[in-house]
Amino acid sequence: MKSVIKVENLVTKFGSKVVHNGVNLDVKEGQIYAILGESGSGKSVLVKEIIMLLKPTAGDIYIFGKNIKNLTSKEVQKLKQEWGVLFQFGALFTSLSVANNIAFLLKEYTKLSKKMINYIIDEKLEMVGLDASVKYLYPHELSGGMIKRAALARTLALDPKLLFLDEPTSGLDPVGARGFDELISNLRDILDLTIVMITHDLDTIHNIVDEMSILADQKVVAEGTLEEILKSDHPFVQKFFKNEYVNKRLKNV
Amino acid sequence: MSFINYKTVNKNNTTYLYCYGSWRVNTIDKVEKNLLKLKISNKLVIDAKEIKELDSSGALLLFLVQKNALESGVNAEIVNLTPKQERLLEIIKSNFIQESKPFKVKEDFLADIGRSTVDVIKYLIEFIGFIGELFIRTLDIFKKPRNFRIKETVYFIQSTGINALPIIGMTSFLVGVVIAYQTIVQLSKFGADIFVVDASSISIARELGPMITAIVVAGRSASSFTAEIGAMKLTEEIDAMKTMGFMPFFFLVIPRVTALVIALPILIFFSDIVGIFGSMIATNAQIGLSFDIFINRLYEVLALKHYVIGILKGPFFAIIIALIGVFHGLRVSQDTESIGKETTQSVVNAIFFVIVCDALFSVIFTELGI
Repeated sequence: MKSVIKVENLVTKFGSKVVHNGVNLDVKEGQIYAILGESGSGKSVLVKEIIMLLKPTAGDIYIFGKNIKNLTSKEVQKLKQEWGVLFQFGALFTSLSVANNIAFLLKEYTKLSKKMINYIIDEKLEMVGLDASVKYLYPHELSGGMIKRAALARTLALDPKLLFLDEPTSGLDPVGARGFDELISNLRDILDLTIVMITHDLDTIHNIVDEMSILADQKVVAEGTLEEILKSDHPFVQKFFKNEYVNKRLKNV
Repeated sequence: MSFINYKTVNKNNTTYLYCYGSWRVNTIDKVEKNLLKLKISNKLVIDAKEIKELDSSGALLLFLVQKNALESGVNAEIVNLTPKQERLLEIIKSNFIQESKPFKVKEDFLADIGRSTVDVIKYLIEFIGFIGELFIRTLDIFKKPRNFRIKETVYFIQSTGINALPIIGMTSFLVGVVIAYQTIVQLSKFGADIFVVDASSISIARELGPMITAIVVAGRSASSFTAEIGAMKLTEEIDAMKTMGFMPFFFLVIPRVTALVIALPILIFFSDIVGIFGSMIATNAQIGLSFDIFINRLYEVLALKHYVIGILKGPFFAIIIALIGVFHGLRVSQDTESIGKETTQSVVNAIFFVIVCDALFSVIFTELGI
């Protein structure tokens, strides 16, 4: 399998505070990949560095085989059309209706007719499980779950090949969260997506994540499938996966 | 790279639509219009064998072409899809909505006028309600003085009053200079130069001092009140406060209003002094009138009443500015855009109502002969 994202010896420092010291990870095509870690372990910072919102202090990040340090601004622009980012709180543009939020990318980056854009909007909303009537609403009129879904629809507008999700199920009720998991996994299958997510949701990890890495002590202390991770004896892994509650859950598998 | 990713061939009474290359959202825009207008009189076969990349928008377009053909009574099928593409198309088909409504709603002009009118009326009613609530809460404070927040009030006197001194000083000084300067030009035509003292001092003490101060304070403080309270509303701090049993009115509204009521008259007093000082300097520079003569003349003409009227307007302006600033802050809804909107509105409304109030005072005092 081709490697979609490769992070090599990444170092991040904010002043004298070291966030990452030699982080390595490898996301392969078609995977759902999770990044785990305690709060403050630098998960969000890592993802922000991959999506080029922050610059690492040292180290290399390869996306689709290219080092993002060496991209020209044109290549960066092209790359940004090939990935989609779902922020934790949706980050829908508050001044635009849901339809215009989705249409925004289509209008900027393609010359599609209004009619076609409209068909695409309906299609995406339906795909993420929202009613088409939602498109006239503004972000502040939506519930938390609807915001997540609408934001996902916007993220999917340009059919990206790579999707970044920041805590996709946080703030959703358990039923909604499982529905969202299923949706993400289905979309991966249909659209050939590669998905990288930050999550704490054990059910998500168990149900749909293929591989994951655990961030602790400023580096990746374990990487691999759930089974491989469980073999690790790092304190965080022990604490996170080996408590009574999880044991009960995993036994039923 | 060629963007023409289809070709049509007529064979055996059947139209073959050969698709090839990339059918992605950013490539189909070149062919979309032609394809959707495609007229087929007999059978249509869409051959997807050569399609290299198909995303959901590409699949949607294929489906629309097929649907159009079927609707015009032509037999149409899509062949040679890979199993994965087949599945994608299946999903597109199941998600398709027959009646796709346009995503932009056309605004009716009359409805727009109606809505704006209702909004203005609602705004006024809400504002009157707000004033009423302030009144009741103020009475509560008199009953239970412990609810009065001295620390916050002092903080706001500092931020709205003392910190505003430099800018108010500068503006008042310049206005004083300009008034004296312009008046002298006119008065010297009649040889009545000395009357510049009357004109500038009375107009500054009665009207200009209070107005300039109020307008500067409206710009500084009404906006900051709105933004501060609006941001607190966005982050649900005000809701948090309510759940803890604290009245936002005691913490957010009354300290600001009280602070401004105290600070504004002092600022007007300061503005008067600096403004008249500006006039004095300008007069001296223009016609060489000595400071002694200016001040002596000032004693004769500037009756106490002019000065007191100016200062008296202070608390009224202060209440208007603080109330409008706070009121707009509390009106901020859940989207970030509304902070900007409400801030603009609060400054505009504060200045407008200050001027309305000043006009009222003018009429009242003139009618009373003061």
